[in-house]
Amino acid sequence: MIRYTLTRLTSLILSLVAASVVIFAAIEVLPGDPASVMLGVNAQEDTLAALRTELGLDQAPVERYLTWVSGMVHGDFGVSYTYRTPVAQMIVDRLQVSLPLALYALALTVLIAFPVGIWAASRRGSFADVSVMGLTQLGVAIPNFWFAMLMVLVFAINLQWFSAGGFTGWGEGPLLAIKSLTLPAIALALPQASILARVMRSALLDTLSEDFIRTARAKGLTRRQALWRHALRNAMIPVLTIIGMQFSFLLAGGIIIENVFYLPGLGRLIFQAISARDLIVVESVVMLLVFAVVMVNFMVELAYAFVDPRLRVRR
Amino acid sequence: MSDQSLSPVQASSTLWIALRSRSLILGLVLTLTFVAAALISFVWVPYDITTLDIANKIKGPSALHWLGTDHYGRDILSMIMQGARTSIAVAVLAVGIGMLIGVPLGLWAAARRGSLLDEVIMRTNDLVFAFPSLLIAVMITSAFGPSATNAIIAIGIFNIPVFARLTRSSALSLWQRDYILAARVAGKGAARISWEHILPNITNMMIVQGTIQFSLGILAEAGLSYVGLGAQPPTASWGRMLADSQTFISFAPHMALFPGLAILLTVLGLNLMGDGLRDLFDPKLRRGRT
Amino acid sequence: MTETDMSLLTIENLSLSIHGTAILHDVSLSVAPGQILGVIGESGSGKSMTAFASMQLLPEGARCTGRISLAGHEVLSLTEAQMCGLRGKAVGMVFQEPMTALNPLKTIGDQVAETILMHEKISRRDAMTRARDALARAELPEDRFPMTRYPHELSGGQRQRVVIAMAIALRPALLIADEPTTALDVTTQAQILKLLTRLVREDGMGLLIISHDLAVVADMADEIAIMQRGRVVERGPAKTLFQTMQHPYSRALLAASTHAPDRTPGINDDALLVVQDVVRSYTLPRKSLFGAPRVIQAVRGVSFQIRRGESLGLVGESGCGKSTLTRAILGLEKVQSGEITLGGQPVFTGHRPNPEVRRRLQVVFQDPYGSFNPRHRVARLVTEPFHLSENPPQGAARAAAIAEALTAVGLSPEDQHKYIHEFSGGQRQRIAIARALITRPDLIILDEAVSALDVQVRAQILDLLADLSERFGLTYLFISHDLSVVRSITDRVLVMKLGEIVEQGQTEQVLDAPQHPYTQQLVAAAPRLPENV
Repeated sequence: MIRYTLTRLTSLILSLVAASVVIFAAIEVLPGDPASVMLGVNAQEDTLAALRTELGLDQAPVERYLTWVSGMVHGDFGVSYTYRTPVAQMIVDRLQVSLPLALYALALTVLIAFPVGIWAASRRGSFADVSVMGLTQLGVAIPNFWFAMLMVLVFAINLQWFSAGGFTGWGEGPLLAIKSLTLPAIALALPQASILARVMRSALLDTLSEDFIRTARAKGLTRRQALWRHALRNAMIPVLTIIGMQFSFLLAGGIIIENVFYLPGLGRLIFQAISARDLIVVESVVMLLVFAVVMVNFMVELAYAFVDPRLRVRR
Repeated sequence: MSDQSLSPVQASSTLWIALRSRSLILGLVLTLTFVAAALISFVWVPYDITTLDIANKIKGPSALHWLGTDHYGRDILSMIMQGARTSIAVAVLAVGIGMLIGVPLGLWAAARRGSLLDEVIMRTNDLVFAFPSLLIAVMITSAFGPSATNAIIAIGIFNIPVFARLTRSSALSLWQRDYILAARVAGKGAARISWEHILPNITNMMIVQGTIQFSLGILAEAGLSYVGLGAQPPTASWGRMLADSQTFISFAPHMALFPGLAILLTVLGLNLMGDGLRDLFDPKLRRGRT
Repeated sequence: MTETDMSLLTIENLSLSIHGTAILHDVSLSVAPGQILGVIGESGSGKSMTAFASMQLLPEGARCTGRISLAGHEVLSLTEAQMCGLRGKAVGMVFQEPMTALNPLKTIGDQVAETILMHEKISRRDAMTRARDALARAELPEDRFPMTRYPHELSGGQRQRVVIAMAIALRPALLIADEPTTALDVTTQAQILKLLTRLVREDGMGLLIISHDLAVVADMADEIAIMQRGRVVERGPAKTLFQTMQHPYSRALLAASTHAPDRTPGINDDALLVVQDVVRSYTLPRKSLFGAPRVIQAVRGVSFQIRRGESLGLVGESGCGKSTLTRAILGLEKVQSGEITLGGQPVFTGHRPNPEVRRRLQVVFQDPYGSFNPRHRVARLVTEPFHLSENPPQGAARAAAIAEALTAVGLSPEDQHKYIHEFSGGQRQRIAIARALITRPDLIILDEAVSALDVQVRAQILDLLADLSERFGLTYLFISHDLSVVRSITDRVLVMKLGEIVEQGQTEQVLDAPQHPYTQQLVAAAPRLPENV
């Protein structure tokens, strides 16, 4: 188990290093001169020179990369060119919206998908199964930001149960904050829950056709008992993989959904930064999101070992 | 040697099978409708969408404009038809990039399984997988500015590891077959075996996965254009139409409704088609997976 | 007292159909306490389905008519809930594939205890105590096999013992074993059969054992039933059945089981294949980034020769290194040391296999279903070895070669236009032989080539092989775990264990008077039909 964790940890660190190189190369090296990208074509030569010095562009790319990475390790993400504030502070502010939103959506996804998937698998082929799976087919196909707009139309504009957008902030009490995140979280969660429910169902059905389920039935377990006691845990491996991938979709999808609801999260930050050509901010936010994705994958792999004893010894 | 092994829970009901083949037909009909709309738009659309008609702006559906007009008085049906072009082109090219690069990489990794090369290919795949296509698009856009090409590249890059992983894992199981051993006994090399024996046997699976990635590509393209990272005006695109409609949603919901429905129905059609094809190719899987 | 009264299991006129397809017709069987009933049949005979019907573990869409009485219960009139009460308590079941029959995520102790907890309201502690006893009765004592083990930490035979422990934990009146040893090596098979027999005798339990192998059942059963296409065609006491059997099918089955092809060996004295001090070891993937790689010695210094026209057997159990040796001979893998030559030329020259030699060397594999690319037609499949030729025959010559090879194995030249799924298992194995013949090789390696076939088909293929060897002057290396097959088709035999050849000699001599303890063990373990048939 310790050996497994160490191996995974090594590959986690390698992935992060590789990802940071890719991000740095794509944003700071590929376009040529970041300073002229940031200031546009009509920039004055002396302003450009000043920015180049500020960004340390007179140094070699390798040195700049190392400075950037060691800064991040110490929590220093640089200073935003447009806002003139430390990027780290901006990220911390925006994370207070984005992270709760992603977790809220993930919780909803799992809470919806598990019961639906299990329920459909245990009634396989029934009218209920066929109709629920038909609904998930719709859920998979719906663009989440369009779904979000429809919800705004129905629940905010017509029924006026929720506000159409904006975020009250955590200072006004957690309930209000949660309420303003509810529509966005549902918009994110329903499509992902549809996918997860389908994965859950098919993983369960696959496991239910395994030999050991027949063995369990020969011991006197009912279908239901065989499903709960033997199939469910075995079906968790593919389900965990998908949950891991979904978290990254929820984070990225959050960027779009924040736009629909005018939420001051990382998504708004990144689009403002793109239109202001604030590369420092873009770079940092992308790195942060990739870091989150890689971390989640790492945790999923630890969860595999928790579920599957074969992994604890092998590798 | 024994009678066919049977599990207590088995043999899917005929209800599913009937519905599945029906879903293939429904999927085909939906998909072909939008492909036809895109193709027709090259020669004919009800109204020219480059001409603005402010007098008729934000009109609901009528006999003249079946799906109404937008805030510049453009015909929404015409824009949806031309938007289908963008969506389909972006998604098809992105799937093409993913397949053309991903499949050979997967075959190569499988042929050299366990080697350093395999390890490098798969680790690189894992790395790319850590970048959702939206983030790739964000990076490309911040460096080169937004365009439909960026969307294609971003979604395409994201598709590479999808195809590489699937190819590798199915090729690995084929490499265990005795007929591969027979081909090796006949002196055939890894490249030739991959081409003659592996590729033909994974084609079906690739078609199914291609359909699914196609539908994901449509969704991703819509999302990217919605936030302004995809096709730029005057190119019509469904995601852009939705972005434009947002301001008017309280009094002109038709502007948001129809482009959204177009996305929903295209993606639904492709998914149904993918599921149906999977069942058609492999009756063993006839039980409604994801 | 009638048969029904004293029986644990009585099946009367059982008919079964699945989605309207008839599977069983009027099957009648019975098992009394302390009795072992062996049910024998080839694939598709319905023998397993009979067992599953008794447990009511049937696929969806199955319909039973007739009568099944199990420990005093009328099975066909019980509800599913009542059936769950019987399964595991009144009747236990053991399956064919021990590798997949256990839940990989639960410890063996938990899985055995589950049987007890399902049926009795006792504490988990008590259930574990009784699980320990059950495992001990199945010869997995706790001091050597702690109950916290997971299935993947056990061998196939040990896993089968866990399945048996689960089945007998509540001392059911009846045990049903569906091909319980088919997936196991011969010595393990003998141990498992001995264990089952002991449990029956000790507990007075009834045993319904299903097998495709007459010999397996003949050794241990009291009664035997032979099934064909969903019907019981012959029933009787094991002691006398072989003498008294009437039905043509049973007689054909028995004849095929003991069949030995007529062979007139034409052996030359020159050595065709020479294997000299061959060593092949594998480096296992490292367990961690920092650990030292582990090395497994699969073949340790093996030497032997095959003379031209000879048929040499190679026997050994799984993991003995025979597959590795085969791959080395075929030139698929380089050996670390030693040399393999065919007709004086090395199979491997430098870093590349020698095409000159490989052309004269062909192979037939075990699995008739996995041996062919399903997307190619037979003509393309059988001509694949031409890839080794510098100028393979084209046009008419190629067509003639295909027709000749297909005719030689008893198929029609017209079959070349078909796809492989249009053929039965036996026909596929004929096509595999045609593929091996087409380059006119000197040596054909038959790697468990008849192991997956039903006994009657196996007899036909053995006849074909004997015939071909005479007509084309072929030399065979016949790899098999089945001693009776080796006896019937080989002149000489090698016995392999842990990467080494422990005994070799004339087949009759080695199998009748084995010298090495391991060979003695193998011969003793091999199931045998009674002498007098």
